[in-house]
Amino acid sequence: MQHSIKQDTLVGLFIAVGIAALFFMAMQISNLSTFTKEDSYTISAAFENSGGLKIKSPVVVGGVRIGRVIAITLDQTKFQSIVTMKIESQYNKLPEDTTASIFTAGLLGEQYVSLDPGGLEDLLINNSVIDITQSAIVLEEIIGQFLFKSAETKE
Amino acid sequence: MIDLLTQLGKKTRYSFAKLGRSSFFLQQLLMGITDVLVRPQLLSKQLYSVGVLSFFLITISGLFVGMVLGLQGYYILSNFGADEALGVMVATSLVRELGPVVAALLFAGRAGSALTAEIGLMKATEQLSGMEMMAIDPIKRIVTPRFLAGFISLPLLTALFSSVGVLGGHLIGVSLLGVDEGSYWSQMQASLDVYDDILNGVIKSIVFGFVISWIALFEGYDAIPTSEGVSCATTRTVVNSAFAILGLDFILTALMFGDI
Repeated sequence: MQHSIKQDTLVGLFIAVGIAALFFMAMQISNLSTFTKEDSYTISAAFENSGGLKIKSPVVVGGVRIGRVIAITLDQTKFQSIVTMKIESQYNKLPEDTTASIFTAGLLGEQYVSLDPGGLEDLLINNSVIDITQSAIVLEEIIGQFLFKSAETKE
Repeated sequence: MIDLLTQLGKKTRYSFAKLGRSSFFLQQLLMGITDVLVRPQLLSKQLYSVGVLSFFLITISGLFVGMVLGLQGYYILSNFGADEALGVMVATSLVRELGPVVAALLFAGRAGSALTAEIGLMKATEQLSGMEMMAIDPIKRIVTPRFLAGFISLPLLTALFSSVGVLGGHLIGVSLLGVDEGSYWSQMQASLDVYDDILNGVIKSIVFGFVISWIALFEGYDAIPTSEGVSCATTRTVVNSAFAILGLDFILTALMFGDI
């Protein structure tokens, strides 16, 4: 079989370009560059109702994303929803009396956890629990209350 | 009536026999991998004809598919004032579905049919029997390098297709229609996951590469050694590959994304 250097070079180039494309997909298209695996800590919060919150929903402070929701489970004794969040370890100065609320981005947007820092000196550490929470707003409940009230005022 | 039943039975038996032959063929083919690794020269030649020669077809198709997605996506999303989500739409549809499937269909048409025709003609002109006479195993020498070349090439070509497609969407969406460049990339990066989206797309392309190479080589090896037989085998390669790709795509999608 004839050995051709040009052919080998083209094959090498092809494989290099293909692997470069795989890297491009991993780094530029997906969230690998913003991935946090090791350097993070988890906190949890108990909500009466976690609404449409999902795993991987963002956790923000003042509009800046500092972590993600990693688990949503049901506490069988109080029937509350326990939301576990993974926070990047560079944001480790959250006070202990931080409050957690579930908000919706826009009218139809996805739901996220918003943390509102308090004023205590003690900080939230790994596996801390946030005590003060505000549940998700369920649109149907608000519409129901509104309709009920407007019917009452008419009478 | 009896005739019809006999025919049906014959057809069924024939197709089962073919499935059995193809499984045996796959086993023999995989046994030859170690011999190919000893002689990488064989693989290099096939990577050239299977991979490098498909390069332009795949990249140019990827560019146009990305551009069409950019254009269509922009018109639909701008109705809802959500044209910043264009990057998400283009990248998700390319990485999850269009990239693996369209690249595999193009690959089956471009490289799969060529493989079948080549092996079929080798059989028709008795080159394979000639090799056997010289105590060279034609499956190890001819078939396995081609199989590995297809198996390696398709995932790389799919990655190229998707990447070029995302750049094509960027070209239309950002450069021509004026979607914000920052939100094109950042929303894409925020909503695509390395494991859920990218890795699953790559797994799909690996499965497709395996199946297309297998079908193409088996049809060639199993072809009736006449010019008509080879042409039938080539057609069967393209048809069966298309069925296999689309059917497997459904199964893989259901497995990968079904539980979300």
